[in-house]
Amino acid sequence: MSPAIEISGLKKVYTTGKTTKMEALKGVSLTIQKGEFFAFLGPNGAGKTTLISILAGLGIKTEGTVKVHGVSIDENPDLAKSFIGLVPQEFNFSIFEKVLDIVLDQAGYYGITRKEALPHAEKILKELGLWEKKDQQAQALSGGMKRRLMIARALIHKPQILLLDEPTAGVDVELRRSMWEFLKELNESGTTILLTTHYLEEAEQLSERVAIINHGEIIEEGSVQQLLSKLHFVTLLLDTVETINEAVMLLLRGEPLVRDEEHVLKLTLKPGDTINEVFRKLSSIGIHEKNIRTTGRMLEEVFIQLIEKK
Amino acid sequence: MKSPIFVGYLTMVRKELVRIFRIWSQTLLPPVVTMSLYFVVFGGFIGSQVQPISGYSYMQYIVPGLVMMSIITAAYMNTVSTFYFAKWQHVIDEILVSPMPSWAVIAGFVSGGIIRAFLTGVLVVAVSLFFTHLVIFNILILFAAAFLTALLFSLAGIVNAIYAKSFDAISIVPNFVLTPLTYLGGVFYSIHLLPPFFAKLSLANPILYMVNAFRYGFLGVTDVSIGRCFAVIAVFTLLMLLWTLILFRKGAGLKR
Repeated sequence: MSPAIEISGLKKVYTTGKTTKMEALKGVSLTIQKGEFFAFLGPNGAGKTTLISILAGLGIKTEGTVKVHGVSIDENPDLAKSFIGLVPQEFNFSIFEKVLDIVLDQAGYYGITRKEALPHAEKILKELGLWEKKDQQAQALSGGMKRRLMIARALIHKPQILLLDEPTAGVDVELRRSMWEFLKELNESGTTILLTTHYLEEAEQLSERVAIINHGEIIEEGSVQQLLSKLHFVTLLLDTVETINEAVMLLLRGEPLVRDEEHVLKLTLKPGDTINEVFRKLSSIGIHEKNIRTTGRMLEEVFIQLIEKK
Repeated sequence: MKSPIFVGYLTMVRKELVRIFRIWSQTLLPPVVTMSLYFVVFGGFIGSQVQPISGYSYMQYIVPGLVMMSIITAAYMNTVSTFYFAKWQHVIDEILVSPMPSWAVIAGFVSGGIIRAFLTGVLVVAVSLFFTHLVIFNILILFAAAFLTALLFSLAGIVNAIYAKSFDAISIVPNFVLTPLTYLGGVFYSIHLLPPFFAKLSLANPILYMVNAFRYGFLGVTDVSIGRCFAVIAVFTLLMLLWTLILFRKGAGLKR
């Protein structure tokens, strides 16, 4: 069985001037299996959008091979494109058109008549909370609704692979959570999802595997757990009973502790460090801990460490 | 059961039709107003003082040229504006990510241009009936000339829009190329009335052949042989079609 996406030695060079060139992708190789939820993490300008554009047929690669469900995008681009639904980063629909028309027209480009597409359009628009707005021009929608409209449009031809380029950028927390739920359910129903994001929490919450991309190269790839195991240090937060003031911090000089808040200490453990030593020291100066927690930004720490290392 | 490509093509055509009628005051009304003024000023006030040309009153003589002028402008402006806006707002990505082949996408845009050109042509002919009576010499030649010219300029509009990097770039060709060539393309006169040098120079203007083929369909008179007219239109249309297909194939100005 062929994978959902197979990328090998993918290079993209942009000509930015008469003689200046910019290498956006420097030989990226990657395989994504059918049914996977895969996240591409990277800072702005890392090459995420370039990669998505090439996969969706909007970008022209300089070198390398790309196969979608075993179909080469060079040999049969139209068939390869039929497997994919794209949710781009920027709004790219006519704001003067009605919501339902935008979705049904997209079905038409995939060879599905308006009549055939209507029941599925109704289902998706209802799931995404847009059915009530179906007869409104897209310009009347809020930012979050416009983003959901792009998801509805990408799903109208029931693609086997959904590409999302920073789908929750600029979306409020509540809406982001509901979009995550929607994407999880979609993935559970069998759709392969490739998502680019720089929200690390998003990658951690949704994806089984993550690739970290920077300056056009994949610098790390694996499951979220595998990436977390690469942490060179771990940051923990200690909630204390006593107030942490400057006098306490003087007594804790030399320990891997910094004051985070009035009753919170931040503890950074390097490989080989033991937590018992720190607790003994705290106890000796009369500081008692109520609770220990992680920062909740574990993947972010891996990300920062890897980016800085490279 | 319709073929998927045909469904895609029909979707594009439907979308264009809806757009043309939604903004009819921008797409259909202006040529009607402009051509009415041409009929009044050139055909009525000035034309009444001009000798008949090839046995037709001046008003009757200029009507086919003016209709052709509006067809050329409508076809060109429709595709150049639709395509450039789609490119500028990235709305064209909706189509580029789909499995529609390039030729079908081109056919969709071109059909929009041809439809608007025909609607405009019919409206201008209808307005001309207030000023003169209609003579039709050969309806097939009339339609063939109108269709091929609309096709040629719809394609030219796409090519312009593909190369255009700003809104200025989509107005340069209509203002500085299309308008002068149309005015000097025998819309208002027969080239036989020109000094020999300018008459010969006019033969280098492709629009002359379109205007004359169209006028032949209406009145049965032409400055150049009808065969030569169609040969020139066909060659230019084929070249423009090839150019458009090559640009699409390369993804020039469309893909990143």
